[in-house]
Amino acid sequence: MDTFLQQMVNGLTAGSVYAVVALGYTMVYGIIQLINFAHGEVVMIGAMVAFSVINLLVPSGLPPLAIVLIGAGCAVPICMLVGYGMERLAYRPLRHAPRLAPLITAIGVSIILQHIALMIWSRNILAFPQIIPSRSYFIGGAAITTIQIAILAICFMLMASLAILVYRTPLGTAMRATAQNPQVAGLMGIDINRVIAVTFILGAGLGAVAGVLFGTYYGIAQYTMGSVLGLKAFSAAVLGGIGNIPGAMLGGVLLGVVEALGAGYIGDFTDVCAWGVPLAACEGGGTFILFGSNYQDVFAFLVLILVLVFRPQGLLGERVGDRA
Amino acid sequence: MRFFDTRGKPWLVWLGFALVGLALALLPFALAQAGTTWVRIMNYTILYVMLALGLNIVVGFAGLLDLGYIAFYAVGAYAYALLASPQFGLHLPFWLILPIGAAVAALFGVLLGAPTLKLRGDYLAIVTLGFGEIIRIFLNNMSRPVNITNGPQGITRIDPFSFGTFNFARPDTVLGIDVSGPIKYYYLLLLVALAIIVVNLRLQNSRIGRAWEAIREDEIAARAMGIDTRNLKLLAFAMGASFGGVAGGMFSAIQGFISPESFVLVESIMVVSMVVLGGMGNIWGVILGALLLSFVPEILRWTVTPVQEALFGRMMVEPEVIRMLLFGLALVLVMLFRPAGLLPSAVRKRELEEHVA
Repeated sequence: MDTFLQQMVNGLTAGSVYAVVALGYTMVYGIIQLINFAHGEVVMIGAMVAFSVINLLVPSGLPPLAIVLIGAGCAVPICMLVGYGMERLAYRPLRHAPRLAPLITAIGVSIILQHIALMIWSRNILAFPQIIPSRSYFIGGAAITTIQIAILAICFMLMASLAILVYRTPLGTAMRATAQNPQVAGLMGIDINRVIAVTFILGAGLGAVAGVLFGTYYGIAQYTMGSVLGLKAFSAAVLGGIGNIPGAMLGGVLLGVVEALGAGYIGDFTDVCAWGVPLAACEGGGTFILFGSNYQDVFAFLVLILVLVFRPQGLLGERVGDRA
Repeated sequence: MRFFDTRGKPWLVWLGFALVGLALALLPFALAQAGTTWVRIMNYTILYVMLALGLNIVVGFAGLLDLGYIAFYAVGAYAYALLASPQFGLHLPFWLILPIGAAVAALFGVLLGAPTLKLRGDYLAIVTLGFGEIIRIFLNNMSRPVNITNGPQGITRIDPFSFGTFNFARPDTVLGIDVSGPIKYYYLLLLVALAIIVVNLRLQNSRIGRAWEAIREDEIAARAMGIDTRNLKLLAFAMGASFGGVAGGMFSAIQGFISPESFVLVESIMVVSMVVLGGMGNIWGVILGALLLSFVPEILRWTVTPVQEALFGRMMVEPEVIRMLLFGLALVLVMLFRPAGLLPSAVRKRELEEHVA
């Protein structure tokens, strides 16, 4: 039971970060049906910028919380700029091209961003300075740290404010209108290009915050972190129903929990000794584990493939005839 | 546009073939003058040509964007490594393993194809990408509880190709000419690559090739015309994968050592870039793309470092980084300015001309 609760806590934390990243994918997809392949790299750049700023400010003696906030405050506008730049240069000219074309430029942009980051921050794994004092609280046998609480709170706030923005403001209405029918939205006086650019910028801003959270939570950042994180967040978006904002939130949290529980229990479930198979390795309470927790990363992909095969519209998505 | 008018002069075509053949036959000796490294680079280039041609079947002919193609290369490479190395103490001959590797890779191709038949375009791309990562994660972790792949350390001391007493790894003297190991591999690779090119050319205008083209252009219409889209898509995956498997087996033998590091996502993307840059669906374009993207970065590698040292006194940007930046830029710029590739396939060219007219 302790493992279960602990993995739930860990899964919820990771999942809420996935959810925030997934929002970036889903917003862009909802509006122009493009998988912004480079979104993971935006998250990475967010983490990297924050890393540099935090490292720079640590000797200044400012309070730790302020340092992290300044780090995030620098990461967000830079990522927004990157998001806007890539929409403008790589995606907008191809808006009416065949579907494969913007996908391929997205891959190109992703490689370029990754290697620019490699040039600036080297290929080493960077250790985030652990400046926020971490305390653990115990709830029913599971430990939850201050950082985890902060991440859950920040992600929840971000999601809530995005929901308000999309469903309660004129800008949100314009976004939803553009998603439904860009031509008609244009006829109604909505500047579609502006709305699409704003969508990219918002997604990138969310991604930047997610990058900072991810970096402080796991304590590391590397120029390659964006691709796996991006892929997981994309899986989360598909799980919830791509293009659907509440879906991305649900999908992210679910994926985090599935992954954490999977990693926690796969070893026990694939222990051949526990199945009662008499093996030499099992003598005296030994184990013979087929798949250990090092297969954790496989879960996201399995979820992705299973969802696409059995329920391509995702949990909350609507059935669309000939999408993709 | 025709550079040479060969109509009524069939001997010109044969002369052309003979000249190209002679050039290809002499190439390794010319490269060896600049150093055996360049022969090796040429060998890897031919491997990339094979990979690009294999992927071209999936992406170019059938229009299914596969971002995990390197997984089949990995399957072929590991199949060879496991059956011809001290890992299991097996040392089967290469002409037996290569077909096995191709078959296993084809099986994996079907494994990937079967659940993704309904998906198209971007969804398919992401799933194939995930598939490639899953294969890599498995290769990385299958050292416990039973050591199959030796994990991240990879498999070492893989047998080179040998045929009786003729060993491809050792230098030899044939008809009074000194032939080094890489040159021997060059000829073998060239033969296999030529075979793959011929298969591709024959496929393109066959019943199967035209059916793939129909699926690529409009799957629903193709099905309405009585094309068995399910089997043909699976066939595209299987055939593309089997070429990747053969290339992987040869890679394994030439290198003598493999590890999961060689089969990362970036490699898949590199092969995709070759196909896209050259011109999806055009065999000669794809070959050109593979040659360009494997050779130019190597030339850069040899020039960038001295130039930087002369200019700044030290190396500012690693050549590897420049290489990857070039790949990324090539993808973006080709899509923006020449979406059909450097040498567009006939069908795409026709479409573009129709739009103009």
